[in-house]
Amino acid sequence: MSTTPIIGVLALQGDVREHAIALAELDAIARPVRKVEEFADLDALVIPGGESTTMSKLAVSFGLFPTLRARVAEGMPVYGSCAGMIMLADKILDGREDQETVGGIDMIVRRNAFGRQNDSFEADVPFAGLEGDDPIHGVFIRAPWVESVGAEVEVLARLSAEPYADRIVAVRQGNLLATSFHPELTPDRRVHAYFVDMVRATL
Amino acid sequence: MSTTPATPQTGTDLVKRGMAEQLKGGVIMDVVNAEQAKIAEDAGAVAVMALERVPADIRKDGGVARMSDPDMIDGIIGAVSIPVMAKARIGHFAEAQVLQSLGVDYIDESEVLTPADESNHINKWRFTTPFVCGATNLGEALRRITEGAAMIRSKGEAGTGNVVEATRHMRTILKDIKALSVLDEDELFVAAKNLQAPYALVKEVAEAGKLPVVLFTAGGIATPADASMMMQLGAEGVFVGSGIFKSGDPAKRAKAIVDATLHFDDPDVIAKVSRGLGEAMVGINIDTLPAEQRYAGRGW
Repeated sequence: MSTTPIIGVLALQGDVREHAIALAELDAIARPVRKVEEFADLDALVIPGGESTTMSKLAVSFGLFPTLRARVAEGMPVYGSCAGMIMLADKILDGREDQETVGGIDMIVRRNAFGRQNDSFEADVPFAGLEGDDPIHGVFIRAPWVESVGAEVEVLARLSAEPYADRIVAVRQGNLLATSFHPELTPDRRVHAYFVDMVRATL
Repeated sequence: MSTTPATPQTGTDLVKRGMAEQLKGGVIMDVVNAEQAKIAEDAGAVAVMALERVPADIRKDGGVARMSDPDMIDGIIGAVSIPVMAKARIGHFAEAQVLQSLGVDYIDESEVLTPADESNHINKWRFTTPFVCGATNLGEALRRITEGAAMIRSKGEAGTGNVVEATRHMRTILKDIKALSVLDEDELFVAAKNLQAPYALVKEVAEAGKLPVVLFTAGGIATPADASMMMQLGAEGVFVGSGIFKSGDPAKRAKAIVDATLHFDDPDVIAKVSRGLGEAMVGINIDTLPAEQRYAGRGW
């Protein structure tokens, strides 16, 4: 018998609701969090898709970065999609000069790497470690990609379709997971299930 | 793998509607030049809306209001890294084609500009760039979605600094959705007839209890408390037009409205960010606006 994990969804801005629905379907308690005091009893956190510059600014305004970084350092599992991937990157390219990130994954992420909205796309992505062999259907919206990773980082997914073949779009380092795309926008729950399993392993 | 992976698909429903999902909880600000766009981005806007004149000036100056100068839009795209939206006239598909070619991230088929077609809205399915459209009630919202809109906003009454029409439209849209959710299946056919919207879409809304696309508010939001009220009513985000750059201290007011949209349900935060903002835009009482100067009646 495992306990039900309490997973926060960083609710500064973005598709919070979709992540919360996905987590609830996997029998986790999903809780939107916006204030420092709301992080105390979380077992894990999801940083949703959204506008990363806005998220970063609001996290500065409301003093969330020290708490976020401390929890990451303690080993709390965190999953970031799209803007969330940017927030988990140690280094970013094409961000604003003053754009802060939580960091934790030793990678360089390029913001809006695939282009503007007209270049946003859907594509199947082979993803290591998910249940079954089927690729995951990725929705990439003004998405970032991972330019390079450090030795500790496990690459879970690369695009196979041209013109983006071999671009890294999902990574894991320890208890941190990040994807360029938005599994919260499609009904396939395998990426969230992968994360919830990571969380359960820490309880 | 033996098979060649399919090429990435652009311009799908999912990437159009999904883009709007990423803007939720955020503020989209009207800007008329690169300098204003930077102020908006610095304040934490999730996107900017490029237009030639803010609605308050369109009201004052009169004349035909059109799509912006491409040089101005390029300037804004070059100045900020957040998404850039731009307005096309209702029905003016050629303006929309130009905006798509300029690479804007969202097109607002807007009643604030002078309508170009009094019968037909743009067939938005023909575009890769997603569209947001205004609505005053659920039937109107569903007709726009039928035409391909990937995001809906209340019309409100732009350029007045008066939130009363945005309130009316938000309440009406959400009340119409609630009304559908208590009908049984047999009653949905007539509901679709009354809403003048396709049955399949009406049924989808009745089952989900929400629109199939994101719903923002627009048209008259001028203060942090206005933003808070709209979010509490059920808006998923806020467009601010003249309210920011027609006020005394745009940078400060812009940030205050961003903060108020995030902590919309915390009056202590609204009170804090409402202090020392300088003068709000003067505003217009809707009762004093002659019918021909009301934008919400444009489109159908």
